[in-house]
Amino acid sequence: MEISVDNSLTAYERVKLARDPGRPKTIDFINEMFDGFMELKGDRLGREDKAIIGGIAKFHGIPVTIIGHRKGKTLEENIECNFGMPEPEGYRKAMRLMKQAEKFGRPIITFIDTPGAYPGIEAEENGQSIAIAKSIAEMSSLKVPVIAVITGEANSGGALAIAVANSIVMYENAVYSILSPEGFASILWKDAAKSDKACELMKMTASDLKKDGIIDEIIPEPEGGIQENPQEAFIMLDVILRKELRKYMKMSEDNIYKSRYKKFRKMA
Amino acid sequence: MSGIFANKRNQLFSLKKLRNEKIDGGITEEDNSLVVCPSCKHEYTKDFIKKRLRVCPDCGFHMTVSARERIKQLADKGTFKEHNVSMSTEDPLKFPGYKNKIKDIQNTNGNKDAVITGVCNIGGHKTVISVMDSTFMMGSMGTVVGEKFTQAVEYAMSNKLPFVSVACSGGARMQEGMHSLMQMAKTSAVIEKFSKSGGFYMSILTHPTMGGVSASFATIGDIVIAEPRALIGFAGPRVIKQTINETLPKGFQRAEFQEEHGFVDMIVERKDLKKTVCRLLEYHERNED
Repeated sequence: MEISVDNSLTAYERVKLARDPGRPKTIDFINEMFDGFMELKGDRLGREDKAIIGGIAKFHGIPVTIIGHRKGKTLEENIECNFGMPEPEGYRKAMRLMKQAEKFGRPIITFIDTPGAYPGIEAEENGQSIAIAKSIAEMSSLKVPVIAVITGEANSGGALAIAVANSIVMYENAVYSILSPEGFASILWKDAAKSDKACELMKMTASDLKKDGIIDEIIPEPEGGIQENPQEAFIMLDVILRKELRKYMKMSEDNIYKSRYKKFRKMA
Repeated sequence: MSGIFANKRNQLFSLKKLRNEKIDGGITEEDNSLVVCPSCKHEYTKDFIKKRLRVCPDCGFHMTVSARERIKQLADKGTFKEHNVSMSTEDPLKFPGYKNKIKDIQNTNGNKDAVITGVCNIGGHKTVISVMDSTFMMGSMGTVVGEKFTQAVEYAMSNKLPFVSVACSGGARMQEGMHSLMQMAKTSAVIEKFSKSGGFYMSILTHPTMGGVSASFATIGDIVIAEPRALIGFAGPRVIKQTINETLPKGFQRAEFQEEHGFVDMIVERKDLKKTVCRLLEYHERNED
């Protein structure tokens, strides 16, 4: 495919595209690219968090486990799924589904699109820190292939918690950063309004992250973002997912773990 | 078999010795400048407060301890050997002003970054130790903290030693961007590996342990200890307040709150910390030759 990455957009412009309510959400990727999705709910500890969606579907005939942040397109939808900001229960559900996938030898595909983990009183009471920490730790040791797809905005530990993958692919206008640019600006300069300046310094775009070895593949987008031509975006991701899965499904369980471990061990 | 009991006898002996030994915070030179307790605002001379392990005698507030001083409080005298002394950041984002800022802090602080790692004896138990320093850029975790921590755990793993971490951090280091976030994955992954190899990891949470540090290696110890009233949490209180637009309950995110919600095994006062660590090390000793 001869589509090249557009370098003319600023990081700040990409953040706006990544947050566009019209951009395809995790549920769209699931419905358009997979067959027979069955949603599986609950953390088995007393809670169900709608900010994370998970379940099983078939990808070209192979059962896979899918886990992703759920964002809505309307205000009502967004209120229901807390704008894609998970509480600890969401990460515990994700962990449960990952362990289940490992038990049955299913590859895992995660979709990352979140402003971050929810900063609330209950989230802290229920262990936001340890839920994220455990999700990261357990994901690092899974013996099945994990592919993470960064589709929109991916901020902080709330994104990383389900992105410890063998292969990380990222749409051209998606952004992945240590914190939201607003949070970053408010920590460094005590001024959230300087977020546009923050965007340019944070090296949060797909091409910056590829250069730094933090992500593996960039999926180009049409002008105006994938929201302009979602079908094309789904097809391009489909090609990459097939290629990546083929590569990892040939590996032994031990090598799947080791190759992921090495990837993150090298991050300096 | 008889070797085991002889060993135990020796350890008991060193533990008894420890009980009689005074923890003095490792004071060498006199310093009579004044220190104000951040909680009750009472003033003390620096020497006085250091001898009391920087715990306010009036209100019991546990003040910040630098990493060097903490190691002196925990390690048996003269046993600490530091690893990776000169590892310093390569400024992965080429962040404006960062390199100079680091140099300035290195000059005043004396350390190269926000963690000190190495091996020492604690009550006679050989232990790998990692101590964060909140006086160095709020103890934030960037590439150097992540790498030194990871290498320390690897050293413990290959030498079959226990690992003790003292966390003290505002979270991930902003100036190293995604490279800092990746340290969360790296450190958590090495702890998971260490755990699966049978290694014993004790995590001590001190004021403050927040964000990228609490959401990675700090909260997943086999044993998690906190110092009284230490602030421990994922999101900072200011961010939560802004998000929900409500005042936060009293004691929110403090060590006692974490204990009540089941995330901390025990709260230990600083004067009892070494004794507690020793006992736990003894209970987790591996008997293999």
